[in-house]
Amino acid sequence: MLKEKNKKIKIKIDGKNYDCFVGEKILEVASRNNIFIPSLCNHPDLDVKANCRVCVVEVKGFNRLMTSCSTVACDGMEVFTNSPKVKLSRDTNLKLIFSAHIEKCVNCTSRFSCDLLSLARRYGLNIASFNDRKGQRKTYKFSNSVEIDGSQCIDCRNCIDACSNIQKINYLKKEGKGYKQEIVPVKDKNIDCIYCGQCALHCPVASAQEQYNWDKVEDILSNKKGKKLIAMIAPSTRISIGEMFGLPYGYNAAGQMVTALKKIGFDQVIDVNLGADITTLVEAEELLERLGDKKAKLPMITSCCPAWVKYLEFYRPDLIPHLTTSRSPQIHLGGVIKTYWANKKNIKPKDIITVSIMPCTAKKFESRRSELKINGLYPVDEVITVRELAFLIKKNGIDFKNLKPEKSNDLFNDGSGAAVIYGASGGVMESALRTANHFVCKDSKKAKICHSRIEFKEVRGLKGVKEAVIDLNGNKLNVAVVSGIGNIKEVLSKLKKYHYIEVMACPGGCIGGGGQIIPSSMEIVQKRMEGLYSSDKKEKIRTAHENRDALEAVNWVKNSKLSHKVLHTKYINRKNK
Amino acid sequence: MTNILDKIKKAGLLGRGGASFPVHLKWQAVKNENSLEKYLVINGAEGEPGIHKDAYIINNHPEELIKGIKIASDFIKAKKIYFYLNKNLYNSKNKLNKLANSAGLKGKMVFFLKPINSGYIAGEETTILNIIECKDVEPRIRPPFPTCSGLYGKPTLINNVETIYNVYLVSQNKYQNKRFYSINFDKKNKGVYFLPDSLNIDEILKQTANYPEYDFFVQIGGDASGEVLNSRQLKRRVDGAGSITIYKMEKHFPEKLLNYWLGFFRDNSCGQCTPCREGTFRLYEMFKELGSEIRKEKRFNDLCDNLFLSSFCALGTSVPIAVLSYFKNIYEPLIISQKSSKVLKKDVKRKK
Repeated sequence: MLKEKNKKIKIKIDGKNYDCFVGEKILEVASRNNIFIPSLCNHPDLDVKANCRVCVVEVKGFNRLMTSCSTVACDGMEVFTNSPKVKLSRDTNLKLIFSAHIEKCVNCTSRFSCDLLSLARRYGLNIASFNDRKGQRKTYKFSNSVEIDGSQCIDCRNCIDACSNIQKINYLKKEGKGYKQEIVPVKDKNIDCIYCGQCALHCPVASAQEQYNWDKVEDILSNKKGKKLIAMIAPSTRISIGEMFGLPYGYNAAGQMVTALKKIGFDQVIDVNLGADITTLVEAEELLERLGDKKAKLPMITSCCPAWVKYLEFYRPDLIPHLTTSRSPQIHLGGVIKTYWANKKNIKPKDIITVSIMPCTAKKFESRRSELKINGLYPVDEVITVRELAFLIKKNGIDFKNLKPEKSNDLFNDGSGAAVIYGASGGVMESALRTANHFVCKDSKKAKICHSRIEFKEVRGLKGVKEAVIDLNGNKLNVAVVSGIGNIKEVLSKLKKYHYIEVMACPGGCIGGGGQIIPSSMEIVQKRMEGLYSSDKKEKIRTAHENRDALEAVNWVKNSKLSHKVLHTKYINRKNK
Repeated sequence: MTNILDKIKKAGLLGRGGASFPVHLKWQAVKNENSLEKYLVINGAEGEPGIHKDAYIINNHPEELIKGIKIASDFIKAKKIYFYLNKNLYNSKNKLNKLANSAGLKGKMVFFLKPINSGYIAGEETTILNIIECKDVEPRIRPPFPTCSGLYGKPTLINNVETIYNVYLVSQNKYQNKRFYSINFDKKNKGVYFLPDSLNIDEILKQTANYPEYDFFVQIGGDASGEVLNSRQLKRRVDGAGSITIYKMEKHFPEKLLNYWLGFFRDNSCGQCTPCREGTFRLYEMFKELGSEIRKEKRFNDLCDNLFLSSFCALGTSVPIAVLSYFKNIYEPLIISQKSSKVLKKDVKRKK
């Protein structure tokens, strides 16, 4: 991405001169210099499509306008972003787009950050210039996690590109032509949605979005019926939620989240980091068991990403034995809350309601997997995305930025540094390696040197596939980390090469999750990642096996003979026959 | 062979698909590309209503056409030639194939039938590339231009049937700056005529004995996207695609014509960009509500201007041409003149 600024390429925008990079688009030059040009279909993660025609500019010498997202800056160009022609086209196109998008603003989680509404305000547009035309359009629901509401779609096709070009799932397609066209799921029994929500993350108008649960959460909060309401916050959400409230990228707002959730009405907030430490303990133990057992299936593959699990169950059920039996952090934590915590607090498990705040849409699907039930109860009762939480906070007029951070709860700590990094691709792998390394070296001669190793930087970063050879007390461990399900085939094609594989369906891991704060792009994901790793560095405890609360919970579960109910799970062959 | 490019340049050949782009520039651009894999696509979609010249050439000059294709193919060293034809022209496939084989193009030429229901846009050159590649029936973003990144991302020369026929004539030093004109009466084709491209409409109609005795107006360059002119505006050449369609003033129903044009574009918009997908839908909707009064609406004029200014491809920019020029050159003068009462009354009756 290192582009050199070429002093020879100069363009004029609205009368002022600007230097350009070679091959830079007008829109890029403008945004780099804080000149506002509106855009909707343009997304840094996707190829330029130039179909919304909202970013049009006038270039001297040309009768027609040009889309600034697609037009490369050439030396001497004179660009106008607000000429009468530009105003006419930009405003007309925006009005037309509004007429293709039925406003459901009242209950839309994007209402406080809606690009369309802010453009209408900015340009003083009558958003009802034309009648809404999509009243009869269907809403397609994908399990309980994602939906595409055709009545709100503005036909930019970012969802198709995210699904096909980034994730390579190809579940969405355009049907019909012209004004009749519609985004629909394909009817192919060999293709299914994995609920990753990348379509939602890239939709500029919340037509593709999570299936809401915030309304149910509001119901629960307003009618508690004597129940204990517990909010659970996922590792990656603390690092992104601040973006909605004017806090800098990478800012760890866990404390403010706790305060906000308590203000909204939750009795307790428990950090999913604790769940992540439990997952690490279970998973590291299983990894070492498998490595020591000649009959065991290798490589072992992580299972904390529910979209990846759905992918494997549908596309490669033959690999189910490779998945770790360990449950995911949210399910571990929910289970521990409804067993260990309930026992300590002397509360009946059925009187506890757990609500997790996730960067993910597939977590909604995971929460309803019936094989996870413990004595008839789901470990997690409701899942809302971090977007939904930000909406609730804004809706309730809470001044998030200036909240005083609060302590989460009185029993559990907030997890180790190894748990925080679960939010980034490579984080689960690194956490497990930190702990496995400790277990392996426990009694060896080199224990001292061995234990000083905490960081495994070779598995970090946003590369699609990362490979490394890890030395575990003299044993060479071949590992691979897949960031983004679109890169999965490369690793699956040489599966036998590895001992341990981490897969996250979303590029960058949970910090790039389908339930994350919008806007999200790989550039923003990079900043979130840096935030997570700097949080890890600040933690006093940076490994799961040093987290006493996690160890105690796991031991209690094991001693209560609840291991298979709380710590482990099984998977289902979902292949269409 | 080496001097074919010079000949084309000297002859000043223009693309006959409608855009009138200088042929030698396209050829040179493909030639300059450093690629072992290059493609030639012959566009026989002939999708613009009122144009019949490609069919005429295929029926009457198939040998010359194939020889022209051979010249183009040899010039760019095409790996493959795709001959893209609409349903009617596809009937000539066997005849053309035989000629191609005997011209030494055996195994090189692939005939490609324009998909049914693919509509107007399926004649646009980058859309054809998408169709051949089994992608959406929509134009591609430009740049890159097909000359450097066309079919399967390889340099591709796309020429219209008439353009290639002209190339043959140029190669034989027989090109006399003539072009094909389709002449139609109320959308029925009277014939295709081969005449100098310097003639104006008036001269063409007179020389072909097609100048009507009655009061009339014409549409040139296609029945959908062509400009509408009254009988005092005929001292102009026919630009773009070569067609002249004559409408009898007394017989025509303004709202039927407007309905045809606006309906045509709404139903043929591929749906890729906002100004065309939404704009053509709204234009038709407003027309259904307001009839010819639509012309006084600011929203109507804004939508038309917006189509010209910001649509993705040439189909979008051409949407308002017929309607706006009809209002300006025919309808408004009609209203002012005495004669109009008859015509307009009829129209009102029809509506009821």
